This record gives sequence, C-alpha cells and structure tokens, in this order.
Amino acid sequence: MNDLGAAAATALNLVLTADPAVAQIVLLSLRVSFSALLIAALIGLPLGALLAVARFPGRGVILTVLNALMGLPPVVAGLLIYLLLSRSGPLGHLGLLFTPGAMIIAQAVLITPILAALSRQVLEGLWEEYAEQLRSFGAGPARAVPTLLWDGRFALLTVLLAGFGRACAEVGAVMVVGGNIEGFTRVMTTAIALETSAGNLPLALALGMVLMSIVLVVNALAQASRDFATRAGV
Amino acid sequence: MFRRLFLAAAAAALLLPGAASAQERFITVASTTSTEQSGLFRHILPIFTAESGITVRVVALGTGQALDVGRRGDADVVFVHDRAAEERFVAEGFGGPRRHVMFNDFVIVGPAADPARVAGLRDTNDALRRVAQARAPFISRGDRSGTHAAELRLWQLAGVDPATGRGQWYREVGQGMGPALNTAAAQNAYVLTDRGTWLSFRNRQELRILVEGDARLFNQYGVMLVNAQRHPHVKVADGQRFIDWILSPAGQRAIASYQINGEQLFFPNATQPEPTS
Repeated sequence: MNDLGAAAATALNLVLTADPAVAQIVLLSLRVSFSALLIAALIGLPLGALLAVARFPGRGVILTVLNALMGLPPVVAGLLIYLLLSRSGPLGHLGLLFTPGAMIIAQAVLITPILAALSRQVLEGLWEEYAEQLRSFGAGPARAVPTLLWDGRFALLTVLLAGFGRACAEVGAVMVVGGNIEGFTRVMTTAIALETSAGNLPLALALGMVLMSIVLVVNALAQASRDFATRAGV
Repeated sequence: MFRRLFLAAAAAALLLPGAASAQERFITVASTTSTEQSGLFRHILPIFTAESGITVRVVALGTGQALDVGRRGDADVVFVHDRAAEERFVAEGFGGPRRHVMFNDFVIVGPAADPARVAGLRDTNDALRRVAQARAPFISRGDRSGTHAAELRLWQLAGVDPATGRGQWYREVGQGMGPALNTAAAQNAYVLTDRGTWLSFRNRQELRILVEGDARLFNQYGVMLVNAQRHPHVKVADGQRFIDWILSPAGQRAIASYQINGEQLFFPNATQPEPTS
C-alpha cells in the first residue's frame, strides 16, 4: 500500500516536473510504436480487407496462420529479428541492430498479424452488407478493398488502437533487438524492466503509470476524433 | 476530415524517426548488468564523451551473452567479468588482447534470520557447505553470467554439488542480478551478488550481507576490442580509444571516484602487471 502511494507520488512528480530523461524515453516510445503502427497498418489493413472480400484456395490456411501469429511471443519475434539483423546475420550490413529502427521492425512484425486478422473480421461483416451493391457497380476485389477500408474506418480505428496498445506494452522484443541503451533505445517498457531489476519498485510502477496515462490519452484522442468526424458527417 | 487527421498522424510518425538520428560518432560496448545497474557507466561515460567526442552505447547483458554479442560482431568492445570465459574468447580469436580494468568483490547476502548460520563467516567454503547442509533456499543466477560462473566455482571449491538440490533449495532463476536479488528478497533466500549491484539495489527487505572478505570473492573486470579481422565493420580506432582511456590514469581516476553513500564500488587496477599464470 505504501509502495503504491509512493509510486503514484513519483509518477505525478515525473509528469509535473517533465523530467527530461523520462520525457526522452516517452517520446522514443511513441515514435517507435507509432512508426511500427504505420508500417503494420500499411500492410495489415489492405491484407485484412483483401481476405475479407476475396475467396481463393489457401485462404483458410492464411487465416489460421494469421490468427496464430497474433499469439507470437514477443521474445521469439525479437530473437528472429536479432538473428536477421546481427552483423553475422543476412541483414547485418544494414547496421540496424541495437537501434530504434530494429525496434520498429520488431513491433511491426508483432502487430501486423493483429491488424490483418482483426480488420478481416471487422470488414467481413461490412462486406456481407455491401457485397451485392458493390458488385452491381461491377467492382472487383481491387476496387472493393479501398471502399471497404474507407467505409469501415471507424471500426478500424479500434483495430489500430489494439495494435498500438500491443506495440506500446511490448517489452521482450524491443529489449532483445534494441538493447535498452540509455538515451538511445531505452523505451518505457524496458525502463520499467530495468528499474524493477534495480529493486526500485516505486519508480518502476511510476513509469508504468506514466505509460498507462499516455496510452489513455492516445485512446481518448482517437475517440474524440471519431466523435468529431461522425458529427461532422465525414 | 478524418482522412486528413490520419494522414497528418501518419506523416508525423514517418517524420519523427529522422529527428533523433543525427550523425554522431559512437561505439557499442557489450557489458554486464553489474556495471550498468550500479550506475558506473552513467558516472564515467560522460567524462569520456566530453574528452573524445565519442558516444558510448552500452548494451548490458550477462557476461556470457555479452561475449556472444562480441562473437557475432554486434559490439566494438566487450567489458565483462569472467576471466576464464574472456580468455577463451581471446584464444578463439574473437578479440583481444584482454586487459585488467578494475575489480570489486562478491558478497553472499541472505535473510537476517540466517537459518544456515553463516553470518560473519569469512570462509566461503564453510558458508556454502552450511547453506547446503541446512538446505536453505539459495538463488542462483543460472544465466552464464560472470556472477553465475563465480558462484559455480565457489560451490566446486566447497566440494558441494548444488545440482542435487535443484528445484528444491537450489533455485536457478536464469535472470540478471537484479531479478535474482528480487527473488531472494521475496523468498528469504541466500544469493551471491557483486557488491556494486547490491549497494545500488533498493528492494532489500530482509536481506543483509552475511559473508564477505574471502579472497575467493575477488571479482576482476576485463576489457577487450572485438577482432576487426573477423568483423571488418568494428570501429577499431574509436574502440581502442575507449580502451586506452579507461586504462589511462584519467579513466582509472573516473572509476575510483564513483561512490554510493560514500562507499567506493570499483577499484581500478589497470596499472598492475597482469599475472601470467
């Protein structure tokens, strides 16, 4: 109980004083997770829409694999990317290991299946409603995908938030491929793991509270923009 | 509106990565959790960076893992504390030569209630035998770190095979020093730790230093450059500059000046001749 109180006080203090070290860690966390979300969205959403409209042999297998990949353990993803990006690995010449770039790749790999699988689910329902209408315009899957993505944008926002949440909360993969280097690849979750290691539990929990507040703000902003857009009839 | 918002957010996310990737001169050092978590690097690295203009990126792992990072060519310098493993690394041609940098010591910490009655002992053989005899919970790092190697050596010297108590009183956590100390604190167990991590560790609960001062608890740190013949991208000049600095009087003074609560954590010994045996 005492620890919880101390953690809340520390968290408040970190936010109010805008502690520069913490601010840098927060900014890096956001930068990495938003970049990963963007990459994952560019791949995952069209893939999800395509799977929602198209019927082809092997589709069932792809869906099963995507669903299974949603449960990919972050440490395993991290390890695979580590071996790929290591100087002794096939992509070693890029020099990406232990950089924010490697962390973005790791998070994107983790959340792309989530975005694809969830958006498929969401858009399939929508497609059932629209299919006939779209077909009557002579629209094939290639035309249907952008239309579907646009019409499903509000539902997809929730899908994006789920992906962002997973990216932000992830620690195993970014620890392995980022190396938790102070001032360079240290993000909220790895900082929390480090402070826990140092036995500094109130500070670790305080950082956790800061992280949760940020995720809350991001979600609130998304919700507000959706409300605004709905009201404006966009 | 919505589309524009999304595009703006997307553009911002794309632009942001460029912001912090300014060209800087840096080297990557694979080191141990004890040097990082004790706060030593935070104390000495700014001094080196100010002098040389080279930023040092520290990846803190167990010694075994840190040497593996060096083997794969993912670091320029390795700075660790398991002499036998380091000499193997050099002998295999992955880097070197290995140089002494500093030392501190290990201590055995355990619950204040001390069920194995080891408090105040100096002889680690005696202490570990008592722990085994009492079947008192003992936390092992179990992660191929320098501290883990030292612990296994101490058991061997004591003539005890802790593996017989595996899963019962001998518990291998396979994690860093901090998590091992957290576990020991939660289970009122004994654990071997380097003094630096112990001094900076906050969640001690009932844990106290019970055994210290045995010469067997000596903990030597070494530094070596990764072999550029195996990994051509290794930053030989800047990496060597870091090694030269940390072995120089300025670097050694920086190490000696690091204290927690008035207690010095690491003792520089680069100037002492290397024992040849």
